[in-house]
Amino acid sequence: MRVFYLPSSILYPQVFELLTDFINMQNSKKKIEIVNLTVRYGRKTALHSITFDVYRNEILGIIGPAQSGKSTLLKVINRTIDIIAGAEVQGSVKIDGEDVRKVKNEYNLRRRIGMVFPLPVGLPLSIYDNVTFAPRMAGVRGRTELDEIVERYLKQAALWDEVKDRLHSLGTKLSGGQQQRLTIARALSHQPEILCLDEFSIAVDPVTTMRIEDVLKELRSQVTIILVTNLVQQARRLANRTAFFLNSELVEIDRNEVIFSDAPANQKTYDYVNGIFG
Amino acid sequence: MNNHTEILTSSIEHPASSIQFTETPLVRTKLRTELAAQNVFLLMTLLMILPLLLIIGYLFYKAYPILSLDFLLTNPIRGMRAGGIWAPLLGTIYLVVISLLIATPIGVLAAVFLNEYAPYYRFTRFMTRIVNLAVVNLAGVPSIVHALFGLGAFVLFAGIGRSILAASLTLAIMTLPVIIASTKEALASVPMPFRDACWNVGATRWQTIRHIVLPNSISGILTGIILQVSRAAGETAPIMFTGVVFFKAIKEGDIFAYNLFDQCMALSMHLFTISTQVPDVPPALPYGTAVVLLGTVLLVNALSIVLRVYLRSRKKW
Repeated sequence: MRVFYLPSSILYPQVFELLTDFINMQNSKKKIEIVNLTVRYGRKTALHSITFDVYRNEILGIIGPAQSGKSTLLKVINRTIDIIAGAEVQGSVKIDGEDVRKVKNEYNLRRRIGMVFPLPVGLPLSIYDNVTFAPRMAGVRGRTELDEIVERYLKQAALWDEVKDRLHSLGTKLSGGQQQRLTIARALSHQPEILCLDEFSIAVDPVTTMRIEDVLKELRSQVTIILVTNLVQQARRLANRTAFFLNSELVEIDRNEVIFSDAPANQKTYDYVNGIFG
Repeated sequence: MNNHTEILTSSIEHPASSIQFTETPLVRTKLRTELAAQNVFLLMTLLMILPLLLIIGYLFYKAYPILSLDFLLTNPIRGMRAGGIWAPLLGTIYLVVISLLIATPIGVLAAVFLNEYAPYYRFTRFMTRIVNLAVVNLAGVPSIVHALFGLGAFVLFAGIGRSILAASLTLAIMTLPVIIASTKEALASVPMPFRDACWNVGATRWQTIRHIVLPNSISGILTGIILQVSRAAGETAPIMFTGVVFFKAIKEGDIFAYNLFDQCMALSMHLFTISTQVPDVPPALPYGTAVVLLGTVLLVNALSIVLRVYLRSRKKW
């Protein structure tokens, strides 16, 4: 794009200025840029040549049947893919223009990203320690500061009222749905710039899900959210844009109005969204 | 085929509205099999406990006349035909404690590396496999071979000479693989999702190990180590070549009577000597020694059980 408009800068300086402004605006809108991303586990391809952007302060819904590479994508973004033996990554993932695969300190990178995976994992610590685990590991020490963090994020995860009287009992003794909300609180506790939710509502009752969804809508102003979900309706309710993955490939990504309309660009998207297959 | 007809007929006799339990021949056979199975398992368990009780009972019966606090606290006298077992008892304690002091840090830290770091780097991934192989093979090496290795490596090559230190090092070499294996097992029993959860919030590997993995596997690690006490205390061959002597009197009642570079006596060796090498030993003496050896081991094992129960009661998932 830049190369293409270069000659016009000599001919029409003002037009050029406007255009560069527009391009800059577009670029600064991009929080995550994924270019030609391919991931293989041995011979099995988990993601094939994916290219798309995630914009700043949006909720991007990702839908698609099982085994279509949704969770793998999240693992590439926070570099936990490194841990998996035999995983091979090609292409680039940039956060704010910085390639995550070239980041030296992956722990700092992970502190910028909150992750919630489908199975709730309460760490074998007290509820209080569960929420303060990440800030503590990052070096926060002050007691009042930690107390504040616990209250704020447990409230955001809609768990505060249920556990405020027993913050020092074990996180692993909570019920599945409560543990899931505890996991969400933990993911928020280190104030991530990007929040990746992988089917967060799987163990949570519908009422609480709605409360968390409201929180997510509020968070949108501060955080970029990637919402992987099996519930097409959840993506429809929450997301600004939705991407449809099928068989390790990105079929379509567009604004919700298009994806959930009668005429998305790809027939498969229409079929999936309307429950005709998958 | 037969079962199907059985179930079908019984459901016909009792319509769905009034389902109740009836003893058909099929149900009776099942109950009988269940009962038989239970009894067989119980019998096998009893058979396993019986020899243990018999051994302990027999030893106590034979050793009863000689057992007293004096027996523990006096040196053997009159060519080991009388007196107590103070010197060998203290020697065994020295050997066990020093060998574990050497083997535990190395074993535990190596196991942490093998379980928590090695699988994640291409270069070290093969190490886990090699170490597993080594552990299996080393566990199968006869202790007399360890003895020869200890004699060659520590006593002669390193020039430590026949001493408590050389014997302890040999015992440490012998127990190390098993400590590595049991520690690895304990670490691996901590569920993987806990580690994932920690890494996902940006905790480093060491932070994860320090705050999540070690606190939740410590009971298993300790149990593995304590079980090696009985092994180190019971072996005769490795220490016989490397630092344990036939007879050596030490100051009674002084727990610092041995020095690292001294030679010492040991219970297992003492038992061997007085029951085979010395004529006219009163029969209660070897039995008393055996009871003390067994008692020490059982005491340590009991301690490990108490510790395990205590730590497991604090287990957090």
